[in-house]
Amino acid sequence: MALKKIRGLGMNKKYPGRLIVVEGCDGSGKSTQLHLLRVWLQSQGYPVVFTEWNSSAIVKQATRRAKRKELLTPTTFSLIHACDFADRYEKVILPPLHAGCIVLADRYVYTAYARDVARGCDLPWVRNTYRFAVQPTIAFYFHAPLEVSISRILFGRPSLKYYEAGMDVGLSLDPVESFKLFQGRIKDQYDKMARSEQFVTIDATRSIHETWGEVHKVVQEKLADYEPPAGKI
Amino acid sequence: MLEMGIRRSDLLGKAISSAKRGNLLGKTTLSLLYATDLADQLENRIVPAMQAGFVVLADRYIYTLMARDLARGADLKWLKSLFGIALEPDLIIFLDAEPEVLFYRTLAKYGELNYWESGMDLPMGSSMFESFLKYQASLRKNFHRLGDEYGFKMIDATPSPKKIHKKISAVVSDYLAQLEQNAPSVQPGTGQIAQAISRPVRVEED
Repeated sequence: MALKKIRGLGMNKKYPGRLIVVEGCDGSGKSTQLHLLRVWLQSQGYPVVFTEWNSSAIVKQATRRAKRKELLTPTTFSLIHACDFADRYEKVILPPLHAGCIVLADRYVYTAYARDVARGCDLPWVRNTYRFAVQPTIAFYFHAPLEVSISRILFGRPSLKYYEAGMDVGLSLDPVESFKLFQGRIKDQYDKMARSEQFVTIDATRSIHETWGEVHKVVQEKLADYEPPAGKI
Repeated sequence: MLEMGIRRSDLLGKAISSAKRGNLLGKTTLSLLYATDLADQLENRIVPAMQAGFVVLADRYIYTLMARDLARGADLKWLKSLFGIALEPDLIIFLDAEPEVLFYRTLAKYGELNYWESGMDLPMGSSMFESFLKYQASLRKNFHRLGDEYGFKMIDATPSPKKIHKKISAVVSDYLAQLEQNAPSVQPGTGQIAQAISRPVRVEED
């Protein structure tokens, strides 16, 4: 049946486009680099689609309300983000990939693996939830010592949000302390995945300019055999 | 006693209804929305109630969500792991009827066929009528398959509501009598029953 093919699980699925994702702790500079990459690719005339974590119109309001009212458990936190991801995946990630576009994703399934497990979810369960998603062409991991990314986030911020600081996990009653411990747990998960998921690890302690040089080089190499869809440029 | 059902969570109940109105949903998204809705009811209402010794009645449960998504091409192993967060029910009663019976009853009650109940997002036929029958037949096949695996108590749903009720009462009475025989020391309200059944059901990943 045709439907079976459409719904098949993603990890071995082939597609003519390119999927580039950035991962890393808050404050690692990944969004800045993805922005630079987007501008550069567009200037080269490539068809580019951008998507970011937590931006699907369908669940955005429900998620925001639930976070404000602190209604989420680790399981529902995980699932509501999976809804957000699936909606974006089915609308703005998979179709452009099939059309041969370059899709840029600020955070991908690895964010869920790292965060949900840091919250206490079972890793095989979380991985199963996202098994419909295709393997990215490049997964950049912006790696910085915890103190660096934490000080970047805390700088000029009046307060941390409840879930952002991982207050629901109960690591500490002090938001800043909780944030540090929680980010540490997330970083541990990322570090564990770095090899098995074939992350391209980027040293994120350097200047924006230096980091961009490296990101740019890796992308150029991966695009060497890329052919944009005919008639689009 | 406490009741639960589909699309009744505080978290997402309304969001699902409004998203379905636009018919703009991908199939994986729809499946995950329902899973979230169920998880929210389970974790915030059902598990606490069961720990307090309540009997919970669920009008549809993970099996409906699985049967519907199987009809939409989902992978069974994926569904089993996804819904591994749910509590295993003590008793699963399935009211079984031919699609033609459902068709007649739907028209008698609502005067028209429902878009989703007819599987029109697929669709499975050239008309809504044809799609309804094929979609319901596909659901029924999936339910029977799940019923074998999870031990549904099958009840013929073609007779009158009164007769069906009698059969359901008999099944439930039997179950309660059996429970009393096997565990005479368990008292409702002491939390012992809930402890015994509230362990999460984990499905092994392949």
